[in-house]
Amino acid sequence: MTVHNIRHGDAFDGGADAVGGRLSRVDGPAKITGAAKYAVEQQLKGLTYAALVESTIASGKVRAIDSKAAEAAPGVLKVLTPDTIISLRSASDWFGTPPPDKPYCPLARDITFSGQHVAAVVAETFEQAVAAAALVKVSYDETPAIVDLSDGKAGDGIPVDAMTKEWGDASAAFASAPVRICAAYNTPREYQAPMEPHGLIARWEGDHLTVWEPSQWLDGMARTYAEWFAVPFENVRLVSPYVGGGFGSKALALSHGAIAASAAKMLGRPVRLVMTRPQTFTSYGGRAATRQTVTIGADRDGMIQSIVHRGVNETSIDGMWVEPLGSVTSIMYATPNFSSKQNVVRVNSVVPGAMRAPGENPSAFGIESAIDELAYEVGIDPLEIRLKNYAEQDPHAKKAWSTRQLREAFAAGAERFGWARRTAEPRSMRDGNQLIGWGVAAGTYPVRRAYGEAMVRILADGSVEVESSSIDMGQGTYTILAQTAAETVGVSADDVVVKLGDSRFPRAGVTGGSRLAGVMTGAVHKAATSALDQLIGLAISDPRSPFHTLQANTLVVANGRIGSPRGDGPDVSIAELLKSIGRDRIEATGDTMPANSTAEDRYKNYTTIAMALPHTEGDYSRHSWCAHFVEVRVDEDFGTVRVSRVVSALDSGRLYNPKLAESQWKGGIIMGIGQALLEEGIVDRRHGRIVNNNLADYLVPTNADVPEIEVISVGIPDLHSSVLGGKGVGELAIVGMAPAIANAVFHATGKRIRDLPITLEKLI
Amino acid sequence: MRDFSYLRATSVDAARQAAALPGAMLLAGGTTLIDLAKCGVAEPDTLVDITHLKGLDRIEIDERGAIIGALARMGHVADHDDIKSRFPAISEALWQAASAQIRNMATIGGNLMQRTRCPYFRDPSNFSACNKRVSGSGCSAIGGVTRGHAVLGTSDACIAMYPGDLATVLVAFDATVRLGDRHIRVDDFFLLPGTTPDREHAIEPGEMITAIEIPSSAAAHRSTYLKVRDRQSYEFAAASAAVGLELESDGRTIRDLRVALGGVATKPWRARAVEAALKGKVLEPEAVRAASLLAVEGAVDHGANHYKIELAPRVVARAILKMGETA
Repeated sequence: MTVHNIRHGDAFDGGADAVGGRLSRVDGPAKITGAAKYAVEQQLKGLTYAALVESTIASGKVRAIDSKAAEAAPGVLKVLTPDTIISLRSASDWFGTPPPDKPYCPLARDITFSGQHVAAVVAETFEQAVAAAALVKVSYDETPAIVDLSDGKAGDGIPVDAMTKEWGDASAAFASAPVRICAAYNTPREYQAPMEPHGLIARWEGDHLTVWEPSQWLDGMARTYAEWFAVPFENVRLVSPYVGGGFGSKALALSHGAIAASAAKMLGRPVRLVMTRPQTFTSYGGRAATRQTVTIGADRDGMIQSIVHRGVNETSIDGMWVEPLGSVTSIMYATPNFSSKQNVVRVNSVVPGAMRAPGENPSAFGIESAIDELAYEVGIDPLEIRLKNYAEQDPHAKKAWSTRQLREAFAAGAERFGWARRTAEPRSMRDGNQLIGWGVAAGTYPVRRAYGEAMVRILADGSVEVESSSIDMGQGTYTILAQTAAETVGVSADDVVVKLGDSRFPRAGVTGGSRLAGVMTGAVHKAATSALDQLIGLAISDPRSPFHTLQANTLVVANGRIGSPRGDGPDVSIAELLKSIGRDRIEATGDTMPANSTAEDRYKNYTTIAMALPHTEGDYSRHSWCAHFVEVRVDEDFGTVRVSRVVSALDSGRLYNPKLAESQWKGGIIMGIGQALLEEGIVDRRHGRIVNNNLADYLVPTNADVPEIEVISVGIPDLHSSVLGGKGVGELAIVGMAPAIANAVFHATGKRIRDLPITLEKLI
Repeated sequence: MRDFSYLRATSVDAARQAAALPGAMLLAGGTTLIDLAKCGVAEPDTLVDITHLKGLDRIEIDERGAIIGALARMGHVADHDDIKSRFPAISEALWQAASAQIRNMATIGGNLMQRTRCPYFRDPSNFSACNKRVSGSGCSAIGGVTRGHAVLGTSDACIAMYPGDLATVLVAFDATVRLGDRHIRVDDFFLLPGTTPDREHAIEPGEMITAIEIPSSAAAHRSTYLKVRDRQSYEFAAASAAVGLELESDGRTIRDLRVALGGVATKPWRARAVEAALKGKVLEPEAVRAASLLAVEGAVDHGANHYKIELAPRVVARAILKMGETA
């Protein structure tokens, strides 16, 4: 009998099924064949359909809503307006801050942005609802809108003191530095644009609410619904078996959810509400538009003496979104003097939201462009200047890095890319009409940690079930949890069924900030270990067990079979053992919460982000790191930029599944290509409205825009970051891509583009 | 809901008669019509489905030219061997248009009839003023977001850009549209907006496109379609050029030249001034670049679309020079 039991942290040799193996996505076949049923595809008896009516002004008040024609239209069951919708209670925010004791109305009387929900129509069919919604006549008293950051009425905004980071005397050091760089960098509104639009089906049964809705956070959203409708948390069930992309936009319950659930309650029938593509640009926030000024003072050898950073991001008139713009600025390079401050500016837009690497992403565009400018100013290779100013510890927290394989990333990336062959001068590489440029930039993302919970069940046939209310939005939760349970229990991943996306399962915090894999592999590992211990305990102690007479201290499980560590004695399958001891299952729930956690602690952990552990907690500062090397080809006459080659080396610690991690990295890199070259929400300044609110006009990369991408893992297990040694994967790779491309464009053309996206008119 | 009736036409005559009734529209591939119905621009009372009509999808090619049936799919035409060899610009324009899924559905007749991408035209609920949708209602685009709008052929009433690729090639090579027995040059089929932007085509009620006809020429045989855009695929042109070139037997003097522009004008735009300036001249880069500037004579920008005036001549020059290199 061959017995081995791989333990975490060991060098990987466990095949595709184990943690660290390249198992293909276990949910892949269901998605490819169409068997995967997404949230709003549920067929429910008595289902009704809702359509939204949105504001056509950006600022003002609703004077009147004439819904007579809509009410008389065929099939219409209800027209919801601020006057007719049931009253809800305000819900707490995602930190769990108790809400103000006042009603909440998801339909607006006071208009603060174009596209705000003002009414909704529910009808027997989708077509009837859409047709009737067009008949709702809304009149307004319009007031002047602040359309964006550049609006004269926008002002300097509100200082966010919590964002201030300072050490040394940055202004004095800058003033006396022999080399000074000062430049402003802007990023536009960008949108998550998931393939699956937002939507839901809400159904009430008594005071129990079931919501089928794509979600990055079932328990957090369930809490919000429960608070809105003043029912116990346990009465709300969120179901989200598959999620067609979220990128940060599906973590919170939104006003359209409140509208659909209210309508369902008012009608006593289930209601389905799915956003149109244009509505996905105004019903929730994309990435806030940002402006940064980065000044670097350095000596003539390129050693940084001072960084002064000022950032501004837009937020809405009545909501607060802070995009932490100094997050990368404050940690990427060693500097004795530093100052970063940030303001937010209120504009008439929907409140911005989380989008892949919020904060770090625009922050890196500023600092990683600025250091490139410094490199040219002092005549040092852009890679060398980064190594020269390498931060050996966290310059802000003044703590050791848990792990920082960034130097290794630079080395591995440069080697594969052939960076040494780069000619220094801008416009020095060319192929016919194409100017060729090579650029480099680094990226980082903090390790966000929280506690998780999972249930592992060993069934009579020897198969294993895992249950968790966490979700899979394409990043591979189903797969890596199957691998974790398979490796821990000692069965094949084929024999593991992972069930996710139902808030009745053991609870999970938000799938965001690249924390889920680290949290959930830890929880499943713990639950599976506990189930395995039970199994082995019973095998040893139960008088009916074939191992009972062996008097072993322990047993090992591998390939679904149990035996003694030395291979003597019986060798039986898990199913045979369970049968012999008369059990039909073994079940264990495990969590990684601190001992003595109260029920209240647990509720808080799973339904808010208040218990997330700071990445600088304890003695270490924990981050993922990456280095991107990019080649662009710029048509000299047309100004068109094509990314022709990408080599990225990334440190996400230990990879639970390299195939899936590489896929996520590549996805981030592709999204970075879109951010650098294509993506921009364009506002009509007269109307304060996004006009390119569809996927033909809001451009994201197509396959033709994506070159060969080589990704290299340089991570090592980081046990300060997670139970099994992984760091964040999903958000990391987009960080630094836009500046790497902008830097390559400068190398190609000699033109420094500081406003994204780099469209052709900026280069001709 | 908005009810409409659906008719499946059994003959071209039946289709023409049915489509002549008020509120009726022809349905072929549906890629434009359904899109416009979803955004509230098209509100047909009757759809006349012509996709089952026999014989309208034929592609016939002989030494005189090509006749492409109105129901031929974009993808089939793009991939047709004789089209590729004798009218390469047509194949190239189609390949660079839309997406594979759309090309598999969309028909050639429907392609000619595609509407502008002007965001103000496409959003009636937010922008009530659009002279293309409602004559006399005004133009929301002027003074708004204009990056994709036309710089040639505009009027005070409309600056919407004609977005198609194929028709740009067709005007370059003097193609005609067959409306049954009536034949009309493609250049005349598309109308300038003037004071009536709602009238886009010289087609009368009761008429239906049955085919397009492209005469053979040495220039069409040696032709290309160059499309420049921010995104590599599935995007309308920032500027494009259809170019055909015929050289004298000396291999350097231009005997015939065809130039048309896409992505910059309110209709497919023949650049006759460029052709005239270069015909009879020796093909050399400086002369080509200088003549290409004539492509945007009379262009008027609306701010954000100014780049098109810079870009279009460069695209024209590149396409001509590229054709010059292919002996």
